[in-house]
Amino acid sequence: MTEAPPSIANDSRPRLPRGVRLVHNEAQGGWVLLAPERVFKADAIATEIVKRCTGAQTLAAIVDDLAKTYSAPRERILADVTALLRGLADKKLMEL
Amino acid sequence: MAADSSENLPKPLGLLAELTHRCPLGCPYCSNPLALDPGRSELDTPTWARVFDEAAALGVLQVHLSGGEPGARRDLVEITAAAHSAGLYTNLITSAVGITAKTLDRLATAGLDHVQISIQDSEEKSADHIAGYDGAWVRKQALAAEVVKLGLPLTINVVVHCANISRIETMVDLALSLRAARVEIAHVQYYGWALKNRARLMPSREQVEQAVRQVETLRQKHHGRIVIDAVVPDYYARYPKPCVGGWGRRSLNVTPAGRVLPCHAAEIIPGLEFWNVREHSLGDIWRSSPAFMAFRGTAWMQEPCRSCARRDIDFGGCRCQAFALTGDARATDPVCHLAPNHDEVVALAALQDDMPYAYRRISSS
Repeated sequence: MTEAPPSIANDSRPRLPRGVRLVHNEAQGGWVLLAPERVFKADAIATEIVKRCTGAQTLAAIVDDLAKTYSAPRERILADVTALLRGLADKKLMEL
Repeated sequence: MAADSSENLPKPLGLLAELTHRCPLGCPYCSNPLALDPGRSELDTPTWARVFDEAAALGVLQVHLSGGEPGARRDLVEITAAAHSAGLYTNLITSAVGITAKTLDRLATAGLDHVQISIQDSEEKSADHIAGYDGAWVRKQALAAEVVKLGLPLTINVVVHCANISRIETMVDLALSLRAARVEIAHVQYYGWALKNRARLMPSREQVEQAVRQVETLRQKHHGRIVIDAVVPDYYARYPKPCVGGWGRRSLNVTPAGRVLPCHAAEIIPGLEFWNVREHSLGDIWRSSPAFMAFRGTAWMQEPCRSCARRDIDFGGCRCQAFALTGDARATDPVCHLAPNHDEVVALAALQDDMPYAYRRISSS
C-alpha cells in the first residue's frame, strides 16, 4: 500500500492553471487534459473531478457534490479527489 | 495494408509546424535538415490556416509552432490566431531572438497557450558561443520574464552535450529562477547538423550516466516546484527510443515549404515520397502518402525486430538513425543492443574531437 498523499485544505479552490485545459475530442475517443507539450487521457472519474475544478468551488463543496451525485461515501470520494488533485498539482496541472 | 482500414488508422495528436527555416542562431545540433528551405519557398498564411483546420479534423490536439525561429515570420500572430481558431492547443517553440515583448503580447491575445524557450547553457559566454550569436543569452532571459509577466506557462528547453553536461543542476536552477513550470533536459539526438558535429558534441558514457542520476536527484529535490522532463541520449541506451511514438502513428511535421513528414529528420531517407500540402489535404497525406505508409505498423520490419517482444513498444527505434548509421532504413536502430551492428555505435560514440562547430546556416546556393 502506498502512502496517502498529503491532505488538501477544505477551503482550497482547485483550478486548472493557464495553459492546461480539459477538452472533449471525438477523434481521440473522449476527454483529454491538454497541457504544455503533453496530452493526458482522462478517465470518467478524473473527468468528473477536473470538470468541477474551476476555482469557483471549494474542495469540500466538490467532494459533497460528487458524494451526492454518485451516492458514495464521502471519505472514499475525498481520498480519490485528494489523490488525483495532488498528483496533478505535482505535475503542475492543477492549482490548489 | 487494406485501403478501407481507416477505422484502425491511428489518429495523430500533435502537429509540428516548421513555419520557417530562417533563424538568427546557428546551434550546431539544430534539428532542421542540412538542406534548409529558403524563405521564398515558405507557405503563406491562408495555407497554414487550412492545414490547421485539416489537422484538427484529423484529431490533432496540439500544434507546435516552430522553425527555425518562428519569430522570423511577419505573420506569426495571424498564424497563431488561425491555429487557435481551429481549436488547437498552441505551443510556441522559440529561440526568443526575434520576438519582442509587443509581439508576445499580441500572440497571447491571439490565443497562444504555452511558450518554450531554448537556453544553450547557464553560463552566458558559453551559451552565446554554442548559439553562434552574441547577446542571445540576455535576450532569452528578457523574453522569459515577459512570458511569465503575461501569465503564460513557460518551459525552458536545454539541449545537453559535452560542453554543458556538467552544468545540468545550474541550468535547472536557471529555469527555476525564470519561473518556468517545466524544464526539458534534452540530450542531443544525432541527425542532420548534430550528426555533422557529433564528435564535438558527444559526451562520454560516464558523463551521460552521471547526468541521468543527477536528473533523478533534481526531480526529487524540486518535486512539485518544476517538472523535469528528460530525453536520454540513445547512443548509450540498451533499447532504442520509440521514435515519434511510432512512424505515422501520433504526429506529423509540415516543413516550411509544405512537405509533410512523419518526423522532422525523415527527408534524409532516400526514396521516400513526401506529399505537399499545396497539392494534397493533410488527411489524404496522413492516410495515403507513400512516406507515411512506408514504416507504419510492423510489417516492414526485419529481424531481430520482426520477432521481438518489444516491437510494439519501440517500433524498431528510429528509421532515420537506422539509415544514417547502417545505410538501411529498414534495419534495427543500431543503438539497440540486439542490433547486429550495435558495436559500431559504441565505437562511433567514442570518437571525439575539439574542432570548431559547423554552425547551421542556410546555404546561399
